[in-house]
Amino acid sequence: MELGITILVTVLQIAAVLGVVLTHVAYLTYAERKILSDMQDRLGPMEVGPHGLLQPLADGLKLFFKEDIIPAGANKIIFSAAPILVLVPALIGFAVVPFGRDSLQIGAIEITPYITDINIGLLYILAFSSLGAYGILLGGWASNSKYSLLGGLRSAAQVISYELPLGLALVGPILLSESLSLTDMTVAQGGGIWRWFIVSQPVAFVIYMICAIAETNRLPFDLPEAESELVAGFFTEYSGMRFSFFFLAEYANMILVSCIAVVAFLGGWQAPLPALEFIPPIVWFLAKVYFLLFFYIWLRATVPRLRFDQLMAFGWKVMLPIALVNVLLTSIVKYFLNQWAEK
Amino acid sequence: MSAVNLPSNYLPILVFFFIALAFGVVTILMGYLVRPKRPYLEKLHAYESGILPDTDARMQFPFRYYLIAMLFVLFDIEMVFLYPWAVSFNKLGLFGLIEMVLFLLILFVGYFYAWRKGALEWD
Repeated sequence: MELGITILVTVLQIAAVLGVVLTHVAYLTYAERKILSDMQDRLGPMEVGPHGLLQPLADGLKLFFKEDIIPAGANKIIFSAAPILVLVPALIGFAVVPFGRDSLQIGAIEITPYITDINIGLLYILAFSSLGAYGILLGGWASNSKYSLLGGLRSAAQVISYELPLGLALVGPILLSESLSLTDMTVAQGGGIWRWFIVSQPVAFVIYMICAIAETNRLPFDLPEAESELVAGFFTEYSGMRFSFFFLAEYANMILVSCIAVVAFLGGWQAPLPALEFIPPIVWFLAKVYFLLFFYIWLRATVPRLRFDQLMAFGWKVMLPIALVNVLLTSIVKYFLNQWAEK
Repeated sequence: MSAVNLPSNYLPILVFFFIALAFGVVTILMGYLVRPKRPYLEKLHAYESGILPDTDARMQFPFRYYLIAMLFVLFDIEMVFLYPWAVSFNKLGLFGLIEMVLFLLILFVGYFYAWRKGALEWD
């Protein structure tokens, strides 16, 4: 009985998180189109619903009813499985993100603001987001199209190159909070904006943001799907629902890396000032995530795309050494601060 | 909480994994019932900007990608070493700090070796 209720609550939580994430993905595409069009002095989608508000639904329905084409030379099993292999890691990362502070108490049932809190949360997210690269690589290879193959290779090379500085940048917050659990990390930043890790780890934050944009294949690092040279990159041959899964995974990943940035550097659900704590923690969390997502879209409207050799050189010759030195300096400074505090 | 000998914190992740998997599979299978299926030879050709593909796409690709992947494995393992070290930094004290500085220095030597050998150059 007890176990049944626990599992039921968990399933409901997962359904809620999944629903919220998918709605956000749908409306993130809308927000992106609207913000971009505003920045380019045009209107953007206006036809479907008031101000085009139903556009994401129309797009989703259209993709659902589209023919699913598997190219003649493709490897059918891998071709079919690749979109799911990309989608699943992008979604299950949200299992450990703490969205708020307070648990909801209904009778004897406690509903936590996260699905689960494991002591290796950050490692778990990084491990699963790396799996997404397999889906991209396999999808590109299985399509048996030159554009897809090149896009898949580029994407895999880019994702693994930028994963190193990304992971190293996160060592800073881990050192400061001495935990891999996202909840502990948020709690360690309580007490005001000056306690947030962005203040003590500004270099790591900048590295993390740049690498996160590269990891999610967003402009200016969208080489794997550079329209002007590779048509659509690794998903050139995909259509209908399978295409939309790649799309969905990309936007879900955007939200996920923003959530990690908020937890690791921007204090998670903590209010910037103790006086502002009357505003619910979840509002702060969402506000910070929305700001980062807006920043992504803003960046897309502002900067041009890099060349592939520039991209690889930047990742390996600039980001990686800076991230390593940052880890080195942070640990040394932390050690001496500890010594000083003990005296 | 159950006969399964697993920390109960990890159970929701397993459930989430299957729900996410089911979401993907069920959506595609449901789409199978409603979407049209009218394949013909021209439609099934790989896209090549209107020109018929005359060779298989899986040809030789630059060796660089392999090199990058190999370097990635090396540095990624090193990164995973840093995580437990960072978590237990205070417990390890000066010993842990010196060990990691040495470790990173050795790593830097390897890194500059790779750089000098041109493994990081793309062209």
